[in-house]
Amino acid sequence: MTAITDMPDLPRPARRPQIGNPVLRWLRTNLFSSIPNGILSVVLLAVLAKGVISFVQWGIANAVWLTPANDSSACKAVRGLGACWAIIPEKYRFILFGTYPFDEQWRPALSVVLFIALFYLSTRRALWRRELAYLWIGALALISVLMWGGVFGLPFVSQDRWGGLPVTLILATFGLAFGFPLGILVALGRRSKLPAIRSLSVVYVELIRGVPLVSLLFMASVMFPLFMPSGFNIDKLLRAQIAIILFAGAYLAEVIRGGLQAVPRGQYEAADALGLSYWRKHRLVVLPQAIRHVIPPLVNTFIAFFKDTSLVLIIGIFDLLTTAKTAIIDPAWQQFSVEVYIFVAAIYFAFCFAMSRYSRSLEATSAR
Amino acid sequence: MTSDDPRPPPRRGFFGALGPNELKGLFWQVLVVGIAVAVIAFLWSNTVTNLSARRITTGFSFLGREAGMPIADSLLAYNPRDSYLWAFVVGVANTLRVAVIGVVLATILGTLIGISRLSANWLLSRLAAVYVEVLRDIPLLLQLLFWYVLMQALPAARAAWRPVEGVFLSNRGLILPAIPLGSTQLWVLGTAVLGCAAFLVIQRWLVAQQMRDGKPRPAWPFALGLIVVLPAAVSLSLGVSWKIEWPELRGFNFVGGLTLAPEYFALLIALVTYTSAFIAEIVRSGIQSVPRGQWDAASALGLRRSFMLRQIILPQALRVIVPPMTSQYLNLTKNSSLAVAIGYQDVVSVANTTLNQTGQAIEAISLIMAVFLTISLGISFFMNWFNARIALSER
Repeated sequence: MTAITDMPDLPRPARRPQIGNPVLRWLRTNLFSSIPNGILSVVLLAVLAKGVISFVQWGIANAVWLTPANDSSACKAVRGLGACWAIIPEKYRFILFGTYPFDEQWRPALSVVLFIALFYLSTRRALWRRELAYLWIGALALISVLMWGGVFGLPFVSQDRWGGLPVTLILATFGLAFGFPLGILVALGRRSKLPAIRSLSVVYVELIRGVPLVSLLFMASVMFPLFMPSGFNIDKLLRAQIAIILFAGAYLAEVIRGGLQAVPRGQYEAADALGLSYWRKHRLVVLPQAIRHVIPPLVNTFIAFFKDTSLVLIIGIFDLLTTAKTAIIDPAWQQFSVEVYIFVAAIYFAFCFAMSRYSRSLEATSAR
Repeated sequence: MTSDDPRPPPRRGFFGALGPNELKGLFWQVLVVGIAVAVIAFLWSNTVTNLSARRITTGFSFLGREAGMPIADSLLAYNPRDSYLWAFVVGVANTLRVAVIGVVLATILGTLIGISRLSANWLLSRLAAVYVEVLRDIPLLLQLLFWYVLMQALPAARAAWRPVEGVFLSNRGLILPAIPLGSTQLWVLGTAVLGCAAFLVIQRWLVAQQMRDGKPRPAWPFALGLIVVLPAAVSLSLGVSWKIEWPELRGFNFVGGLTLAPEYFALLIALVTYTSAFIAEIVRSGIQSVPRGQWDAASALGLRRSFMLRQIILPQALRVIVPPMTSQYLNLTKNSSLAVAIGYQDVVSVANTTLNQTGQAIEAISLIMAVFLTISLGISFFMNWFNARIALSER
C-alpha cells in the first residue's frame, strides 16, 4: 500500500538550464530581460557612448597637457575643442597651498600627509584605544608647529598666509575635534531632567540648525568684532573656525541624541543601581553604547562638514575652493576655470568618497 | 527579620524640602544659566560700547531709507529708489522662488533616480548609483560655481542654442515660451485649485460610503467636472486668452517669453541636482524598507499593480521617506543662501549689501535669521502635519 498524499511528488522546479555563453546570459538577465528593458538599454548605451566619446575628445584627445611657463596660447588655440590641463601644473602650488611662502611649502604638504595618516589610523577599529587620543593631540601639535613655525629654525608664517588644502583640513578637523565634545554636552543637556539646562540646549540646537551656515559665517566675520572689547581682535580664520565649531556642535548633538535614545532604559537603571554618579554613568555605561549606535550617521555628518567648510569662500578665507577661484582670476588663464574646478572637485571627491565607503563598511559590519 | 532599625531620616538640605539631588540639580542649573547670562551680558555691553564708538544707531529705522541697490532679477516690481524694507521683501520672494521650485523639481528628479537605482536594468541602476555618488561627494558651492561658469561660457544671444523650438539657451540664461498671467487667468487657475480641494473632500466622502455598504462608486466624473469642466466654463465665460507667447530674438536680446537669468538658472540646477541625489537615497531606502511579503500578499489578493503600489506599498514606504525628506527640504532652502556667491539676489545677498552700505550688522543678520527660522518652522509644521497623517495608526 502506498499512502495517498494530496501532494503529488512532483520534481522540484529545476533552475533554468544554463546554456550558452555566460556573457550573453548576463546580458539577457541584466540588460535585455524584456522588450521595454531592451529598448531602454539601447537608448542608455547610445547616450552613454556619446557622452564618453565627447568627454574623451575634449578631456584627452584634444587636450593640452603642458605648456611653457605662464604661456596659455596653446590652450587658447584649442579652446572649446579640448581641455587645458596645462593650467593644473601651472597653478597647482597656489591651489594647494595658497600664498604660503613658496620655499616653505613642504611644511603644509607634510601637514596634509599627517592629517591623512591621522584619519587613516582613526578608521582602524583595532586602534580605538586611549592612545589614539594622545596620538591626535601629538599630531595636531606637530601640525601647528609645522604650519606656524617660529621654532626649531623654521621661519614663522602668520596664518594670514595659510591657504588651500591645509586650511580646509584644519577647519574640518578642528571643527569636529571641538564640535564633538560640545555636541555630547548639548545632547546630554537636551535629555537632562533640569528644565533650565534642557531649554538652553534646545534653543541652541534649534537656533543653529534653523539658519544657514552662511549667515553664521557672516556673523563671525562682521558681528564678532562688535562683540569683543575694543582693541581685542581675533584672527579671521579663528573666527570662522569658531562659527564652524558652533555649527558642528548643534548637528552632532542631534546625531548623538539619537544614539542616547537607542540605549535601553535598563542600562541607565543598572548604572544607577551600581551607584555611579551622573558623569561616571554616562562616561562608562551610556555614551560608549550610544556612540557605537550612531557611528555611520556620524561619519555622514563628518562628510557633510568637510564639504561645508568650502562655504568660508563667502567670507574670503583661503580654503581649497577659494584658492581655486583665485587662481583663475589670472587673465591669461581666466577661460579655463572648468578644468580647475574639475581638479578641485576630484580632491574633495577623493576625501568624501573614502569617508562614505568607510561609513558603508561600518554599516555592513554592524549589521552582521 | 530581626533588623527593625528605623531608617535614618533623610538628610535635609539647606532648602528644607529639597533633597540632595534636587539641590545639586538646582546648583547646576543656576551655574549654567548664570554663565550663559554673564556671557550674553558681556557681549551685549561690548556691542553697545563698540556701536556708540562707531556712531551706529541700533534699531530698524534704516529700513525706511532709500536702498539704492540694484536688484536685477526679481519677481516683484522693484527699483533702487525703493526702501530697504521693500528690498528685503524682494529678497525673500527671490529666496522662496528658488526654494519652492527647487523642492518640487528635486523631489521629482530624486524620486525618478531613486526608483532607477532599484531598476532591474543593470545599466540604469549603475548610472543612477554613479550620479548619486558623484553629486553627493562634491561640495554644493563648488558645483554651483561650476554651473555658473558653464552658463557664462554659453554662446551670446545671437548664437543661442535652440534645443527645442521656442526654447533658447544663451549667456542671457534660459528663455522659455510662456503664457502671460493676468488677473483673469489667475481667476481660472484659482477655480481649478478650489475644484481640486472640493474633489478631495468628495473623494473622502465616497470612500466613507464604500466602507459602509461595500459598493464601489466611481470618482472620475467628479474629477472631470470639478477640475476640468468648471475651470473651462469660467475661462469661456470670462473670455480668457491662453495664447502662448513665443520668445523672439530682436537685436541683441530676447523679447517675450519667460527668462530665467543665468544666476537663477545656475542656482536652480545646482540645488536640484545636489538635493535630488540625497532624495534618491531616501526614496530607495524607503521602497526597500517595505518587506517583500507585502508585495507577494498584495499580488496574491489579485490586486492590480497600480492599486497595489498606491494602496499597499506607497503608504508604508512614505512612513520611512517623509521624516528625512523634511530635512532635505530644509537643507535645500538653507542652501539657497549660497546664491550670494554668484550674485543672485536672495535675502542673504540683499542683507549682505545692506550691511555693507549701512553698517547695521546686527539688524541685517537678525533679519536673515528671522526669515530662515520662519521658513524652517513653516516647512517643519507642514511636514509634521503630513507625517502625522500618514503615520501608522495602531489598532
